Amino acid sequence: MISKTENKQNPIDIIKLSLRNNIRQYTMFIALISIMIIFSLLSDVFLTPRNLSTLFLQTAHIAVLACGVVLVIVAGHIDLSIGAVVGLTGAIAAILPARYGIGLVPSILITLAVGALIGLWQGYWVAYRAVPAFIVTLAGKLIFEGMIIGVTKGATTATSASFNKIGQGYFPTLFFESTPRDMIPHDTTVIIWALVIAAYLWLEFNRRKERIKYDFEILPKSLFVVKLSLVILLISVVFSIMAFYLGMPYSIMILMVIGGFYTFLTTQTTFGRHVYAIGGSKEAAKLSGINIKSRTLWIFISSGILGAIGGIIFTARVGSAAASGGMGMELDVIAAAIIGGTSTLGGEGTIVGAIIGALVMSTLNNGMLLLDVGTTQRLIVRGLVLLIAVWVDIVSRKKNA
Amino acid sequence: MSEYILEMQNIVKEFPGVKALDNVNFKVKKGEIHALVGENGAGKSTLMKVLSGVYPYGTYEGKILINGKEQRYANTNDSEAAGVGIIYQELTLVKQMNICENIFLGSEHNKLGIIDWNKAMSETQRLLNEVGLTSTPDTKIINLGIGRQQMVEIAKALSKNVNILILDEPTAALNEDDSENLLNIIKKLKEEGISCIYISHKLKEVKSIADTITIIRDGKTIETFSNDEEVNQNRIITGMVGREITQLFPRKPHTPGDVVLEVKNWTVYNPEVPDKKAIDNISFQARKGEILGIAGLMGSGRTELMMSIFGAYGINKSGEIYIEDQKTDVKEPRDAIERGLCYLSEDRKKTGLVLMMDVKENITLSSLKTISTIVGINENEEIKATNYYVDALKIKTPSIEQKTRNLSGGNQQKVVIAKWLMAAPKILILDEPTRGIDVGAKYEIYSIMNDLVEQGVSIIMISSELPEVLGMSDRILVMHEGRFTAELDWQGTSQEDVMHYATGGNLTTS
Repeated sequence: MISKTENKQNPIDIIKLSLRNNIRQYTMFIALISIMIIFSLLSDVFLTPRNLSTLFLQTAHIAVLACGVVLVIVAGHIDLSIGAVVGLTGAIAAILPARYGIGLVPSILITLAVGALIGLWQGYWVAYRAVPAFIVTLAGKLIFEGMIIGVTKGATTATSASFNKIGQGYFPTLFFESTPRDMIPHDTTVIIWALVIAAYLWLEFNRRKERIKYDFEILPKSLFVVKLSLVILLISVVFSIMAFYLGMPYSIMILMVIGGFYTFLTTQTTFGRHVYAIGGSKEAAKLSGINIKSRTLWIFISSGILGAIGGIIFTARVGSAAASGGMGMELDVIAAAIIGGTSTLGGEGTIVGAIIGALVMSTLNNGMLLLDVGTTQRLIVRGLVLLIAVWVDIVSRKKNA
Repeated sequence: MSEYILEMQNIVKEFPGVKALDNVNFKVKKGEIHALVGENGAGKSTLMKVLSGVYPYGTYEGKILINGKEQRYANTNDSEAAGVGIIYQELTLVKQMNICENIFLGSEHNKLGIIDWNKAMSETQRLLNEVGLTSTPDTKIINLGIGRQQMVEIAKALSKNVNILILDEPTAALNEDDSENLLNIIKKLKEEGISCIYISHKLKEVKSIADTITIIRDGKTIETFSNDEEVNQNRIITGMVGREITQLFPRKPHTPGDVVLEVKNWTVYNPEVPDKKAIDNISFQARKGEILGIAGLMGSGRTELMMSIFGAYGINKSGEIYIEDQKTDVKEPRDAIERGLCYLSEDRKKTGLVLMMDVKENITLSSLKTISTIVGINENEEIKATNYYVDALKIKTPSIEQKTRNLSGGNQQKVVIAKWLMAAPKILILDEPTRGIDVGAKYEIYSIMNDLVEQGVSIIMISSELPEVLGMSDRILVMHEGRFTAELDWQGTSQEDVMHYATGGNLTTS
């Protein structure tokens, strides 16, 4: 079974196997690309760096929030309070500087702490008082919505220009000034681009080296090169879009860091493994010695903190906090996670999938806006997409079983 | 009319890449009990799914004749109409509904959609009398023991006027009493002219009840013979596995060492009935390098005793647990695991495995600490550890990334065993370790147990199968109603002895 040499299987077979094992992620990815191709055919504007950069900005907060809700749903719970948490933390982040003159950094830290406290509160009820998460977070939604009105006093609070950069701003250039119209790429973005590729290569080569050390089979060189090239191509497409517009937005940087961290958390840590086990079978997890209560508490704390981060990004993008901020956002977030392959029954789901799911939803929204499709139709289409995505998932699961 | 009520001729059923049934011929006479035996995966269940219309006409080759007439079912309703009833291993009753509602579920006596409850109730009462069940028709299923639920299933099948009743491992979850009861009912049904197809791994039952035995192996009919005096268990087993098994249990001499687990005055209350003692003042010891068998009927508290020691059951617990002479306070399973006490649960699918996780993730689930560093789980160490256990326990899986739900029962059980071995237990409690597993895999699990004992692990084995208890244990503790009624040495103890104490017997102090 184990050989020192490269995997002797036919490369085609390896690809087939990998396709079959990750069919969900690939389908979602292909769906996203197809949607993008359709919109680019229907609208000249869609594929411009300007529009795509806007699209990224529109997606950032939803994708960040989706990372947190993936953990929640994978563990077999739900979080209906996300929108209210976004609204409340956004309002706090706006009001602390505006009303109390607290500096940018301290007010962000306080906001994150509030997010953590909210998570602690909800996690306590779910984990230690055994109230279903559906109820706890529904109650939470009402409580936090009430608090928003209390905090904002019903008024809209504008946020400062420096704060707004978190949601709207781009990294400054280091050496060369560049504008969207010239063909000079944004230098800072290019440097980050290069660093990301270098980090990716380092990870892959290190992994390969380790596997050789353990005497495990490795991908044949040809396939390895193909895989690296494809991933680098993908990274490059995303970065070139940003580099030839205004550069990398701060919010996308935040998303990349959080996405990376949560991918690590879910795939490489004991905590992540336990979350999947709890969602897969609570009883088996308990009998395997997993501390379900503490894990659950931390899942909600994570969701609360990400709620606060989402709240900050969202408020900064809008440029103000209002009593209606974040209303209904939980549904977009949950939809993103589920479209991205997170099982509503728990136990399955990936961070990458959720981010792609968030992109699918905002691409649909963005594209239809460009085509002047009305709100009525946009909501209907997005609803149907969610429905069909879950149906496709169920059908493909039956086939696999 | 022919003497056969059912003839299945040259049945071939293919799945992508596998020929599950290869030219199977199977004939059942009127009013006989026909046992269908074979190892797991031999094709028994597939054959029954063909017969009951789960696989409709056209998805298989061959002919099904009932009373000489060819049948072409499009679905299970057609087979029911033809008088074929099937009772699956996993019961299919709606727990929140009562007996009457369950029996007529989907075929309610109604006029324009309004149910005639009086008729349904009296009809239910008649059926319950027939199967000898004393519960009233309005009893909720949730309040019935598993044995009684099985009776309700049979009553439900009878309500559909079956001529052929298929029972798939009906006694797998039943205790000896309920099994006995069930077998009697099957005999009674036979007298009324109903033919039974009886699938079971319990060869003793097969031997005692069947008129005819058909053995299938690898999707082929091996032989059909009538169950006369010359037939014995070894004869059947030989047919099933196609090789001679001279010794069912690989008994090896063990040399028990120091006491590793001591339980003193252990009392536990039932969380569902808080004033009822599930375990009543039990004390015992388990030694290094021995297999301690726990026998008893279902409901005697065997599982509750071990689960409560493991920290996964019970309220108002009192008493003391000593692991290697150290008093241990077990609040949660993880406390027990940390002290080297592991428990393999009786239901591997629900509580043993995370079915949607793969082989590797299940095996390492309780020992992630040992393969993690500060930067998370070391993937390669995980693969290495998994490969080690897959080899050592001969787990048959196409890859360690295979989801455990796709493995056979025996291999699933080995994965759970591997999980606990990796946690390096000093005391390993095995609750029904070979339930629903084929003969070959059973033997392998027994061998693993012997190896562990040799390495100094203390094994406590709960088993409903008396031959297994007697064949593997060094000492046997017999439970009845939350207490120990006897401590027996395996030598010189007969199944009847164990049964005697399990049903109450004399309270002997040992």
